[in-house]
Parts: sequence; C-alpha cells; structure tokens
Amino acid sequence: MIRFENVYKRYPNGRAALASVSFRLERGEMAFLTGPSGSGKSTLLKLIALIERPSRGTVLVGNQNTSRVQHRRVPHFRRRLGVVFQDNKLLSDRTVFDNVALPLVIAALRRREIGRRVRAALDQVGLLGYEKHSPVALSSGEQQRVGIARAIASRPELVIADEPTGNLDPELSKEILGLFERFNEVGVTILIATHDVGLIEEHQHKRLRLDGGKVVPEHLE
Amino acid sequence: MIRRLKHYVALHAQNLFGALGRVARQPIGSLMTIIVIAIALALPAGLRVLLNNAQILSGSWDGAIDFTVYLNLDVDAARAEQLTRDVQAREDITQAVFISRSDALAEFREYSGFGEALDALDENPLPHALVVRPASGDKADVEALAGALELMPETNFVQLDTAWVERLSRMLTLAKRVVDIATILLALAVVLIIGNTIRLEINNRREEIQVVKLVGGSDGFIRRPFLYLGFCYGLAGSVVAALTVALGLSLVASPTRALAQVYGSDFSLAGLTGPQILLLLGSGALLGWMGAGVAAARHLKAIEPS
Repeated sequence: MIRFENVYKRYPNGRAALASVSFRLERGEMAFLTGPSGSGKSTLLKLIALIERPSRGTVLVGNQNTSRVQHRRVPHFRRRLGVVFQDNKLLSDRTVFDNVALPLVIAALRRREIGRRVRAALDQVGLLGYEKHSPVALSSGEQQRVGIARAIASRPELVIADEPTGNLDPELSKEILGLFERFNEVGVTILIATHDVGLIEEHQHKRLRLDGGKVVPEHLE
Repeated sequence: MIRRLKHYVALHAQNLFGALGRVARQPIGSLMTIIVIAIALALPAGLRVLLNNAQILSGSWDGAIDFTVYLNLDVDAARAEQLTRDVQAREDITQAVFISRSDALAEFREYSGFGEALDALDENPLPHALVVRPASGDKADVEALAGALELMPETNFVQLDTAWVERLSRMLTLAKRVVDIATILLALAVVLIIGNTIRLEINNRREEIQVVKLVGGSDGFIRRPFLYLGFCYGLAGSVVAALTVALGLSLVASPTRALAQVYGSDFSLAGLTGPQILLLLGSGALLGWMGAGVAAARHLKAIEPS
C-alpha cells in the first residue's frame, strides 16, 4: 500500500528531515511510526499525503508513484486517503455533520448518500446523534473522533494519522487507538505516527522507528 | 448526465446561498463595501443618462435647421409675398414663412429691449425676410439650397446657422468620450474594491481553505464560494446604484421640466430604460465575479496545507 525507496527530504531552509528511508506497508496492515519529536515522522506522513514531495527517492502510495502526480491531480489523489491530525482541524463555524460531510461534498456524492455515509461514520466513532452540534461544544476526545469520522467517511483504503492522541489523556487515547484497530479489522490500511511508546506497548502491530531522519531497527521491546 | 447536471446546479445554488449568508452575517462591513461599489457604478450610469438626455435634446434640433433669407430693402411687400409663394413651390423646401419688415420690427421691439432706440430712427431699418425650412436635414443639401436662394436677385443675404448645431454635436462626442474613460476607470475601481474585499475574506478563511485542500478539494471547489461572494457584492452594488440614479433623476426631474417650459419645450428627462438597468446589473455582477476571480487566482495558490 505504501512503499518508500531511498527517500530523502531536505527542506528549502537546508534542514534534512529524512535520509534514505525505505520501508513497505502492505495492504490491510496497521503500523505505528515512532520516534522522538523532530525525527521526521510528520515529514514522512506529509510525503504520503503529497503535502510535501521527496527531494530524492520514490514514494509509492497504492502502487502510484507520487512524483508522477501532477499538481492539479493532487486533490483527486488526496480523496483516496483519510488523514487525521493532532489538532483535528475541524471547522468551528460548521456543524459536526458538515465537517464529516466535507470530503463527500467535495467528491460530489448525492445528498442522500452523503447523509447515509456521515451517519455511518459518526456511528462508527460513537457520535451518532451529534450531527447538529458545533465541534467547539464537544470535548477534545469527541472532537478527535469527529476528525476520525471525517477521515473515514469517504471509505478510503488508507488512513494516516499524525499524533492523533497527542492532546488526549491515556484513557481517551486507548479509545481512539481502539477505533483505528476496528477500521483495520475491516481491511483499512493504517499508519499512525506517535511519540507515545507507552501507549502502543500492548499492541502487536508493526513498528517503524525513525531517528535522525532514518529508520532504525526496533529492539526496545 | 442529468444526475451530474442536478449536482452541478445544487452545488452552485449552495454556493450562492452560502455567499448571501456571508454577506448577511457582517451587515455593516458588507453594507459599506456595497455602498462604495454602488457609488463607483452610479457615477458612470448617471453620467450616461445625462448624456442620453443631451443627445435627445440635440437630436430634436438636428432635424430643424431653419435658415433666414433677408431680402433687399427695395423689395416691396407684394413682390416679397410672391417670392415666398415661388420658394414654397420648390421641392427641396418643406415650408417658407414670410416675415414682413413691420412684423420683424414689432418682434424686435418686443424682445430686444432696444424699443426706444428704434423710436429714434426715422424709418424701419429691417428688410422683409423668409424663414425657410429645408426638406432635407443633410448638411450638403441645406447648403446647396441656401446657395441657390442666395443667387436670387432679390436676396440680400442668407443667414445659415448650422455651425452651432455642429459644435454641440462635437461637444457631445467629446463628453461621450470622457464618460467612456470614466466608465472604464470606475469599472476597474469596482474590480479592485471587490478584489480587495475577497482578499481579506480569503485571509480570514485561511484555515478552512487548508482543510478543504487536505481532504481533496480542487482549486475550482475552493474558488467557487469566493466567486459567488464577489458576484453578490457586485450585484448588490449595482442594485443600489440603479436606485441611486433613479432617485437622483426624480430629484432633478421637476426643475428640468420647469426649465424646459421657460424655453417653450415639453422636454422631460429620460430615465434608465429596462435594458439599461439589466446592463447595469449584469456588469455589476460580472465585475464582482472578475474581481473575485483575480483575488482568488492571486491568493488561493499561496495557501497550502503544512
């Protein structure tokens, strides 16, 4: 589903974020991307979402070489991807329903279909009945669940998450991870970046540890 | 196909109502923008209406290029009347009116204010005259006719006064050119005003634009609400402009009628016609759309998710 081959990323200011990163994530896999802050986790996710482009090397997402995606095709590329952010990036002037519906409206689905899918997504994150609420009226855990509902509403095959539990206490974090595992069980490929090693200790998923812009062998546990 | 069309219409309707909602949510700010746009549109529209009226007025003079044939002082009244009938018989003449020297004197005494000076004279200094209305309004025809009448032995001279008509028409052409230039400049101003308003709006919604780009919104999808916002501002501005022009015209209508009456004319001001109102509204909406398009093209590209 995701393949990195000798990927280098150097920002215009000269900072090298990734150096020769190679890894694969198979379809249907779930993996954690770990490492201290500044190790390049966010950069790696940005390369997958085409927010950044690699300086060298190849990034394949769903067998598509991202460097061949033209600028004007980037929106279409992103529609096949669900993205969850640490700060959830919800629009505070719209209802929960409109937030979750946004990718579906963009994808030009029929109104009835949008309603159906939004409710299905909210049901999966346990927020059915919150459609009319404003995101600011929700707790941070609930806001993050709305963000996840938005990421899965268009039924992507791949979901990437950048520190999705960064702002949550351990109890809520576990809940959120449980949600991702449920999606993974129905076949969604999932890559979660987190610095919270304690949280993922009990999970048996693949781990990619980044340090200093390189993938280092995992031998802590 | 029909499904796509329905979706397309729904999407645009949604954008239009969204834009109206945005205008309504900041009533004071929106109103100020709309009034500035309205002033910029009302100026050229009002000038154009005035110009139209001037053209209607000058048009009513254009057709009537009467001229006067003054006869020699030694031509007596009987001969002059005979001459009037002869001239009247010509095909290139609509009408010839005989003004006897005594009528002319009476008229002069009444209107010139030199009555007492005339009393000092022993005899009437004015000749008999014919006021001729040519059949053709064409300048060359009129001049040919005047030349022919000048050659009659009884003619002293012909006073052909088409020059002022021509001057007026030249002045109107000049005024029209000036109004054209003002129209272009003010249209540009409307584009800039709306462009600036939309630029601010884009900045205010920076975060939203980033999110929409992140979940796969195309440039067109992101641009559309701003284009509709510009459209609404332009249209609202032109509606206020049309009302302003109508109000201004109604305020000067009755003084104008009074002035025209003094000159013995039944002229009254022409207002904006239906097609002109449509043109005004259409150009307002189009300029708004363009202004928003310019702002969107310049500023939306710079906002990328990070």
